Amino acid sequence: MDVYTLLREFADSWFLIGMFGFFVGAILWSWRPGSARAQQAAALVPFAHDDAPASRKGLKS
Amino acid sequence: MWDWIKIVALGLIALAAAIAANWARDIGYQVHAIIVMLVAAGMFLWTVRHMDEGKGPAPAGYNDAVIRAGVIATTFWGLAGFLVGVIIAFQLAFPSLNFEVLQGFGNFGRLRPLHTSAVVFAFGGNALIATSFYIVQRTCAVRLWGGNLGWFVFWGYQLFIVLAATGYLMGVTQGLEYAEPEWYVDLWLTVVWVAYLITFLGTLMTRREPHIYVANWFFLAMIVTVAMLHLVNNLAIPVSLFGSRSVQVFSGVQSAMTQWWYGHNAVGFFLTAGFLGMMYYFVPKQAGKPIYSYKLSIIHFWALIFLYIWAGPHHLHYTALPDWASTLGMVFSVILWMPSWGGMINGLMTLSGAWDKIRTDPILRMMVISLGFYGMSTFEGPMMSIRAVNSLSHYTDWTIGHVHSGALGWNGMITFASLYFLTPRLWNRDRLYSLSLVNWHFWLATIGIILYASSMWVTGIMEGLMWREVDANGFLVNSFADTVAAKFPMYVVRGLGGVMYLTGALIMTYNLWMTAFGKRQPVALATPAE
Repeated sequence: MDVYTLLREFADSWFLIGMFGFFVGAILWSWRPGSARAQQAAALVPFAHDDAPASRKGLKS
Repeated sequence: MWDWIKIVALGLIALAAAIAANWARDIGYQVHAIIVMLVAAGMFLWTVRHMDEGKGPAPAGYNDAVIRAGVIATTFWGLAGFLVGVIIAFQLAFPSLNFEVLQGFGNFGRLRPLHTSAVVFAFGGNALIATSFYIVQRTCAVRLWGGNLGWFVFWGYQLFIVLAATGYLMGVTQGLEYAEPEWYVDLWLTVVWVAYLITFLGTLMTRREPHIYVANWFFLAMIVTVAMLHLVNNLAIPVSLFGSRSVQVFSGVQSAMTQWWYGHNAVGFFLTAGFLGMMYYFVPKQAGKPIYSYKLSIIHFWALIFLYIWAGPHHLHYTALPDWASTLGMVFSVILWMPSWGGMINGLMTLSGAWDKIRTDPILRMMVISLGFYGMSTFEGPMMSIRAVNSLSHYTDWTIGHVHSGALGWNGMITFASLYFLTPRLWNRDRLYSLSLVNWHFWLATIGIILYASSMWVTGIMEGLMWREVDANGFLVNSFADTVAAKFPMYVVRGLGGVMYLTGALIMTYNLWMTAFGKRQPVALATPAE
């Protein structure tokens, strides 16, 4: 089997499944329990540090 | 020590460029070698003169100077690109504008890639670099990483633009759409782009904010994907180290497929993902509300990047490309409609509860119309990628109209809104010089786009129908020249639309200039309703 055929077969079987799985996993992950709170915090990020960087101490947990 | 290394490197580059200019095999390469030599020699002198200066305290706060430079560069290249666009629009309507004395430099064929690259890479690229640097610092709550690396990215990118643009005028091109620059300009862009990636990643990694805000995801996807596209599509072997010509590694249908994989993802990642990064930051900021649904923005992100990469083959319907590949491109293009509209809805719904603001805030109005054009062109695009529709639309001006409703409407308007947002903040002013000038800009640009897009629909569908019209005996009715003649009035309307868009950009430039460099204005006590 030459390289092209080998890669081609891999691409439209395992790699395709892998990518699709990753995609579905990423979507489902955004619905995991507790995600809503993290997402609400992230959505507020643009409103926090307009004028100056945070000091090291200001690091949020 | 670092200064010594710089001096040695710059001296060697200047010397090598001088040798290259001397041995150059063609005039374009020679001009470019001289430009590189002058830049390196100038930087050499500058570094030598500033060597003994002690270093001041390490700068604190955000690195806004490079963003200010980026705002100026974006505005400048925008004007240049729009102006060339207006010129070539009238060259198509009135071919005598291809003046005889300018043949080989100022004719349509030379100016057209100058226009596309100036607006996409010079205007759009500078807007992306400037806004991404602004946003990544604010959302990571940390100064731009890498010290002067941000400046290297900025000036290196300007050098790339100058080399590419002068090259097009002299015919230094490898003839790949949106990838015209020749091998050595491509190599330089690779260096600059890697520096951009490192600056951006460094800032993300040193962040003092636990979350990576979604706008940064889009910017990072843009940077990484553009690097990959650029490297693969520009695989070429130079004919000589001292000449501008190179030979593509791919040939035939493989070359075409690679080109449109690149070309469509330049649209998808450069002009969509990157500008969505701008949208996800500036729309919430201007509306004063967080994004409508952060969850939707995550789904938007993953769906967009997983689907866009496959859509390229829809540029190659009815060609030597196998049917399965063009069907794949078509199907993915149609599916892509969903995440695109998801993103549009997310942006628009951010205004829910604040819709009254678009009555009083022309900047927010620009953002809304840019999202509107994003929605329209991401509906039109999937429709045009369907093979049956494409058989009518392809090779006609419908495609040009589609591209411009996306580029002028979505990319242009969101960039203008971002510039209006950034300028008062970066130059530390209370507000813009004039909101009514923003209103003028808004309406001139909007009406200009509508004239442009509708005239191109009419002329595109007309010529598509004329090309396929056959008489009772099966003979074609129209010659190609007939269709060209029939398009004249629409070409004039398109040119006028371009003039209006350019006028709006000139008004914006005046407004931004007065905001940044004009006299500080007394704060108005009351603002009358508009």
